[in-house]
Amino acid sequence: MTRLFDKTFWGLTIGLVALFVLNFFLEEWMRTIGLQTLSRGLVAIGLLILWRAGLVSFGHALFFGFGAYTVAMLQIVGVRDIFLLMIGGIFTAGMLAFVLGFLLRQYRAIFFALLNMAFSMILYGVLAKVESLGSTDGIGIEQVTFLGINPGDDNYRFVFYIFAIVFAYVSAVAAHWYLKSTLGMMTMAVRENEIRVEYLGYSSEKAIHSKYIISGLLAGAGGVIMAVTVGHVDPDSMVYWPVSGDFVFITILAGTGNVSATFIGALVYELLRTYAFEFAPEIWQLILGGSLLLIIMFLPDGLWSIRSEWRHKRALRAANRAQASSEE
Amino acid sequence: MDFELLIVILIDGLVYSSYLFLVAVGLTVIFGVQKVLNVTHGAFYAFGAYLTAFLIGLAANGGWPDSGGFLIILVSAIFLGIVLGIIIERGLLKFLYDRDEHIVVLATFAAFLVLEDAILLIWGTDPYLAFQPLALLGNSEIAGLIFDNYALTMIALSFVIAFILWYGLNRTQFGRVLLAVIFDREVSMAMGINVTKVFLITFIIGTFLGALGGAYHAPIISVQPGIGVEVIVLAFAVVVIGGMGSIPGALIGAIVVGISRAAAVHMLPEVELFVIYSIMALVLVFRPEGLFAPIKARKI
Repeated sequence: MTRLFDKTFWGLTIGLVALFVLNFFLEEWMRTIGLQTLSRGLVAIGLLILWRAGLVSFGHALFFGFGAYTVAMLQIVGVRDIFLLMIGGIFTAGMLAFVLGFLLRQYRAIFFALLNMAFSMILYGVLAKVESLGSTDGIGIEQVTFLGINPGDDNYRFVFYIFAIVFAYVSAVAAHWYLKSTLGMMTMAVRENEIRVEYLGYSSEKAIHSKYIISGLLAGAGGVIMAVTVGHVDPDSMVYWPVSGDFVFITILAGTGNVSATFIGALVYELLRTYAFEFAPEIWQLILGGSLLLIIMFLPDGLWSIRSEWRHKRALRAANRAQASSEE
Repeated sequence: MDFELLIVILIDGLVYSSYLFLVAVGLTVIFGVQKVLNVTHGAFYAFGAYLTAFLIGLAANGGWPDSGGFLIILVSAIFLGIVLGIIIERGLLKFLYDRDEHIVVLATFAAFLVLEDAILLIWGTDPYLAFQPLALLGNSEIAGLIFDNYALTMIALSFVIAFILWYGLNRTQFGRVLLAVIFDREVSMAMGINVTKVFLITFIIGTFLGALGGAYHAPIISVQPGIGVEVIVLAFAVVVIGGMGSIPGALIGAIVVGISRAAAVHMLPEVELFVIYSIMALVLVFRPEGLFAPIKARKI
């Protein structure tokens, strides 16, 4: 029953309802920002789960790109329904994470990060060479159907947006519950001291493997949403290493305190990127990098830490007041 | 396989290896001493390439002799090493040495983004060409094929740099101090070594090497936006293969990658783009510490 009194769960639910209502008033370009936020947010949730275990991946564009290219490949063989595409993208990315996980679960720290990057660069090299997938030019993604129904050009984005927010909501709630479960709580134990975890009878490698698969699934789903949103996939914008860097950027920006913070982080990132590109196209990377530096310097635990700090201060004030009144 | 192809692969491979070594050695020096995986390195490379190409272009227009190009390469690398090295180390890394290593990597990634745009602001988006030093040295014919002499001098330069670094590290006072700092930062601090200064000097040397890589390549590449992004992952691959922080490792890593890429280009061009990362993944699978990194005791 405690699950029903969970603040994060209610926060996410309110967010879902708000986004659903907002959908009726949004302009087309806002919807695109929203969809990209959800897509990158999903990947960042996966990275958050890994981060809690003390692992950072500089190569999650591997699964992101795998999900996105699965959409392209399935469309070539004639699959056009978003539900099937989503299942396909998640499944292939998950399988890849499952297989690679046997290897990667043995690595920690910078080696984990770089081995991930190596794999994503292998995929990049392969995709840049495969002619049938457009090599470096990429390949277009056609409009999808929803359970066989084609909503028509005017309503297409509207319907896809609903699909995306519901999907992101379900994933975020599931990730939140997972992090509160015993297996999810073990992430922190693994980060603090793996040997103690082993002595307590858990396998830290298995724990890491399961987290790796979950992060792969989420990144695959993010890739599917991104591919359908943009309507085009190409190696440079889906699999190249700076794409992975952006995901880590969002994780840092949001902090690892809470799943819902990740979406806020992703939104801030998306707005920064869009507006920097809009108003200062020559220096948009400078603005992005500069804000990342500011976050690292002054908000080491991300945006979420503003809230915890505020609560901490309030508690401190209350304690001081209580002390003062007892002294009187 | 015929003999000629073998020669071509070998020479092409060595040229490419020296290219990789020049880029990777600065990265490995910085990682070895400061334990910082410096993504900004890609921007140092790009800065070196741009400044050199720009100055060589100016010199050519001003009617200077073409041989001045080599002086320009050296001077701009030293200049950038000092300026960028001090800015990044004193202005950024100084605050982050006690933070999580992933955070430090990300901070250098952020600095990389900033510097990339700084380059665009200074030099714009048009490509620069600085072929004068290349044209000056001419070509020579080996096994019926024509190679640029300039590219061949790169091989020599790599060996010179490798030797200087080895000598500096093993046969000089500063090298001894550096080894002490690498081995144990706190104890060397207690022994009266000024670790802050050692870090700054090492970082300047690393930056200089990165800028020199770019500066020396400027005549043989088209200097345009995006060269830094490409170079940094290549340098990572070389450093990981050789063992992070090991200078002989960087040399061997560069040779392994260089030769296998040349072999791929000449025999199986389809795999060229990912052969390097496949080797990197393979090495990490079997020797996660890299081919040459010292074995470390596990801390509990």
